Amino acid sequence: MMAQVAFYILAVLAVVSALGVITRENPVHSALWMLLTFFSVAGIFVQLGAEFVAAIQVLVYAGAILVLYLFVVMLLNPRAGGFIRMPAKYIIGSAVSIVVFFQIAITVWSSGIFKNGTIGPLPYAEGMNNVRAYGNVLFTKYLVPFEIASLLLLVAMIGAIVIARKD
Amino acid sequence: MELTLAHYLILSAVIFALGMTGVLIRKNLIVMFMSLELMLNAVNINLAAFSNYLQDMTGQIFIVFVMAVAAAEAAVGLALIISLFRNKQTINAEELNIMRG
Amino acid sequence: MLLPIVFTIIKILIIVTVILLAVAYMTYAERKVIGAMQVRLGPTHTGPYGLLQPIADAVKLIAKEDLTPDMVDRPVFIIAPLLTMVPALAGFAVIPFADNFTMFGMEIKPYITDLNIGLLYVLAISSVGTYGVIMSGWASNSKYALLGSLRSSAQVLSYETAMGLSLVAPVLLAGSLSLREITLAQAGMWFVVPQIVAFVVYVIAAVAETNRAPFDLAEAETEIVAGFHVEYSSMKFALFFLGEYANMYLVSTIATVMFLGGWNGPLLPPLVWFVIKVLFIMFIFLWLRATLPRLRFDQLMSLGWKVLIPIALANLMITAIVVHIVR
Repeated sequence: MMAQVAFYILAVLAVVSALGVITRENPVHSALWMLLTFFSVAGIFVQLGAEFVAAIQVLVYAGAILVLYLFVVMLLNPRAGGFIRMPAKYIIGSAVSIVVFFQIAITVWSSGIFKNGTIGPLPYAEGMNNVRAYGNVLFTKYLVPFEIASLLLLVAMIGAIVIARKD
Repeated sequence: MELTLAHYLILSAVIFALGMTGVLIRKNLIVMFMSLELMLNAVNINLAAFSNYLQDMTGQIFIVFVMAVAAAEAAVGLALIISLFRNKQTINAEELNIMRG
Repeated sequence: MLLPIVFTIIKILIIVTVILLAVAYMTYAERKVIGAMQVRLGPTHTGPYGLLQPIADAVKLIAKEDLTPDMVDRPVFIIAPLLTMVPALAGFAVIPFADNFTMFGMEIKPYITDLNIGLLYVLAISSVGTYGVIMSGWASNSKYALLGSLRSSAQVLSYETAMGLSLVAPVLLAGSLSLREITLAQAGMWFVVPQIVAFVVYVIAAVAETNRAPFDLAEAETEIVAGFHVEYSSMKFALFFLGEYANMYLVSTIATVMFLGGWNGPLLPPLVWFVIKVLFIMFIFLWLRATLPRLRFDQLMSLGWKVLIPIALANLMITAIVVHIVR
């Protein structure tokens, strides 16, 4: 019962704040709604038993990426925040996403396995918890992808410095 | 009603569609980027839900990889936006039409 | 079912009350300590030894007119002070103040909850505190406020990295992210002994994180008036003030738990040890403020990126190698 109430509150928050992101004229307001979305999604992660990922979500997305966005918005202070001017594109854009949504939704509902798929706390062995289990898998089975991810971040960092520096 | 995998998948589909709408209808490049992050977040919800459903850590591992990609994308994308603004004094996607024939 | 909830609520109330009182008397201690360092007296008039000064200040702040300038972004302007205050208080939810003990035949746990991601929770929550500064600076529609918040966001982003890296080393030693387990791992030796480098990096980064002197560029009175909270008055200003001091307590508490052994210590009861250590770190904050002049912005950035982060990384690497060999 508690889990369901929590899920619906978090889901409504996530959807409403996502709507806020795409409907606010002002980019700063969009960013602040985005903050709420990140928190609701972090709550959903906690509910799914992924505490470590939830903490990383807040730390990385809310604590670093979004601050960077806000920083750039405040630095540039762009006048035009609004929407595209042509109503036709507006309608087509919304229609395309609605179609995509219904495609996903119909796929989900029509396959029986999803309806019975149970969600609950993950069973851990004695002395294990989410973080330990996570580390065990990440640094054994996925060690090479992990190192490649660090390489990707290094490349992105150098790329960002090269692109943005004044010369 | 018991919570099932479908709940989470539908939620993620809604957020994904909203993010997609944002990319399609907004003209401010920064807000378009934010909408992209929304779509990535929707994917992350899916990964976490399947990780729980399959009782397998792999989904959660991939969320962190997605986040690493999102961070890299934000860094490079914002650098591009800054240098674009420096040259064009605008980050309005509609006014960046120099390639139009 | 009901009893644990009631217990948790009581614990939350106790912790919030104690923190608010501690914050109030920190302002008193600050004025007294800095006064003594500058060979003057500090507050003496209100009550014996000026002890009622914080209460008089609180009354003044509450009684003042709550001004909201005309051209501000109203919702953001109002939420911003809350966003500095609430994360600072929420961070205390995972702090283990003392060991479990038995009273009236019941086992009492002197912390609200013990998460397996405790440290990450605190880092994540405190990183949200930046938004208060950024939002207030932007919403005030004032150039001083905007400058202050731009400075602050760059500063916090830079020093958060050094802070996180310096905290990973004790985590490696303890083998856990739960603050309670980290404290228990320090029963034999406090981590400040093998991790003195990380401790120094952490304290410097923590001073920068909380926007305190000598890193108070976000609110430099002599350059940009008061920075991000220049347009705030009355209760909203008081919330910023409370948030800043609660944040100082939070980073001091984390330093205590991660490096100074938390409640561990001989003779005195655990809680007393904990409080002594926190107050010691708070004293360092005041000491720095009274001693050092403010850094220039480029000095601040090069200190963060060219000194603290490389040192923290090297320390982390050495720690990792040593831990790997020993285990």
